[in-house]
Amino acid sequence: MKKLVLGLIVVAAFGVSSALAALRVDVTQGNIQPLPIAIPDFNAANPADTSAGANIASVVRADLQRSGLFRSLDPKSFVEQLKGVNATPTFANWRVINAQALVSGQATTQPDGRLRVDFRLWDVFEGSQMLGQQFTATPDNWRRIAHLISDAIYQRITGEKGYFDTRIVFISESGPATKRNKRLTVMDEDGANPKFLSNGYLVLTPRFNPTAQMIAYMSYISGKPRVYLFDMESGRQEMLGQFTNMTFSPRFSPDGNRVVMTLEQGGNSDIYVMDLRSRSMTRLTSDPSIDTSPSFSPDGSQIVFESDRGGSQQVYVMGADGSNPHRISFGPGKNGTPVWSPRGDLIAFTKQSAGTFRIGVMKPDGSGEHMPHLGAQRTRPDVLTHAARRTRLANLVDRYHRTQRTARPDTRRRVRPGVVSLDPVEGRTLEFPGNFAKNGSFRP
Amino acid sequence: MTKFSLATRLAAVSVVVLLGACTTKKAAQDTTPPTNTTTDSSTVQSSNIVPGSAEDLRVNVGDTVHFDYDRYEILDADKAILQRQAAWLAKYPSVRVTIEGHCDERGTREYNLALGARRANAVKEYLVSLGTSSARVDTISYGKERPMCTDSSEDCYAQNRRGVTTVASGANS
Repeated sequence: MKKLVLGLIVVAAFGVSSALAALRVDVTQGNIQPLPIAIPDFNAANPADTSAGANIASVVRADLQRSGLFRSLDPKSFVEQLKGVNATPTFANWRVINAQALVSGQATTQPDGRLRVDFRLWDVFEGSQMLGQQFTATPDNWRRIAHLISDAIYQRITGEKGYFDTRIVFISESGPATKRNKRLTVMDEDGANPKFLSNGYLVLTPRFNPTAQMIAYMSYISGKPRVYLFDMESGRQEMLGQFTNMTFSPRFSPDGNRVVMTLEQGGNSDIYVMDLRSRSMTRLTSDPSIDTSPSFSPDGSQIVFESDRGGSQQVYVMGADGSNPHRISFGPGKNGTPVWSPRGDLIAFTKQSAGTFRIGVMKPDGSGEHMPHLGAQRTRPDVLTHAARRTRLANLVDRYHRTQRTARPDTRRRVRPGVVSLDPVEGRTLEFPGNFAKNGSFRP
Repeated sequence: MTKFSLATRLAAVSVVVLLGACTTKKAAQDTTPPTNTTTDSSTVQSSNIVPGSAEDLRVNVGDTVHFDYDRYEILDADKAILQRQAAWLAKYPSVRVTIEGHCDERGTREYNLALGARRANAVKEYLVSLGTSSARVDTISYGKERPMCTDSSEDCYAQNRRGVTTVASGANS
């Protein structure tokens, strides 16, 4: 299995970076106009590096465009050919095509075979440099270099950490509808490099460990549905605990030390937490209702979960020790699969009412419940997780339903279901290329 | 990555089953005059089914009960099937069974795993109440992962909301 560890990356920052840049995107406001950014293919000192320069720039353009906060201008519209990363651009040539930001870059294979990529981010109106960095890595990690560049640009302009150098784990499906082959699959956040981690047995609901290269998921490989840990570096899978009954819905705590999950006994499903260091299990709920789909708050002190103890599925919050479970969803219909945003300010959930599925968000105290605009009502948000860096959801669509479309004309529209990323604040959805997919989570 | 050919694996399994049926010699089969020569399982007559076998349970006793939407109570109409299952289990004391609980496609994945478990457990409890030893009955939930049909219709949903009693071990063959 190809190692996902990058190996040696050297990052050097250089150049003058103005502390108070006029160029900024405020991500907390709704209805942001995407910032036009020009990213020409990176220069290459040697002809052999030309394709690396073009490929890296192409990935950066796609990353920023996909975020919805940038509009990557078409390179065919560019007037000026940049002379390399150390040359100052003629800003008038970029103002004339309405670029507000410009990226110049250069790819150079070093004598030791590693690829070095330098780039500068320019404020076109001010005519000044905002950022300058250098990355070095083995050539086969060129995509990660591109994603790290996208992260750096994103953070410099929005103030938020980028999420482009992340991976998604999900279940990809193939085969006829009544005999699906479901496989644990990992891919880059932009849909590249899909790798199967399992084959031939039923696997469900994978989640990444936020601090380690590890996935928790549920598998029927032993016959009964049970929670497993998959160590991505060693390729080993390990059953979590020795339970005779079913365990499912695993989620990691933010510090990666605990796994909260559901344990079923005699038809009753309750939430338990396991400490991965001591392997001790603690029961958190003891109601005869179905208690499942737990999700930690970002500070690890609380857990939001789904319970039908009130007669129908609703969203509840309790302390991470199981104390004080209280209901927070009061809207009509059934509310479930809650996830806590990494910033702690929102809980997203699925709402089932009048035969439709929708995604809702609300504050952790249950107030402010609303549905971001999604478009087609036939989508089914199956399981929700949040990207580590932003209030962004992976809305994973059930195989029988269409993907969503938004009102924005520049968002691609797909007919086949797949992994969809939804920004619940702005209601923007972005789709990943790929197979039928379900149950994913983001990896920081 | 190696792609498994599911069809090949399924075909291999089917072939093994067929061969097994053909090579088993039973006195009952020898005395029954052959009424057809096809091995298509859909035309097998009940006289060719081995008593106490998984097929016996499936065909002659009935292995499936159904549930109302979002519910897990045993319906009155299904009690007769479970009574027959309990009687069959009493007749063949070495058989162990696993009850599978299934759901229709509505509802979230994890809730349906839990609901499937409730359904499987409801069947188990009913069988136990009729005298079956609880040690002989195991349960498993497939949630909505193993549908029998995939239309988004009430009829299909109803078919998928089911509890299936399957032989785990100890049956005749």
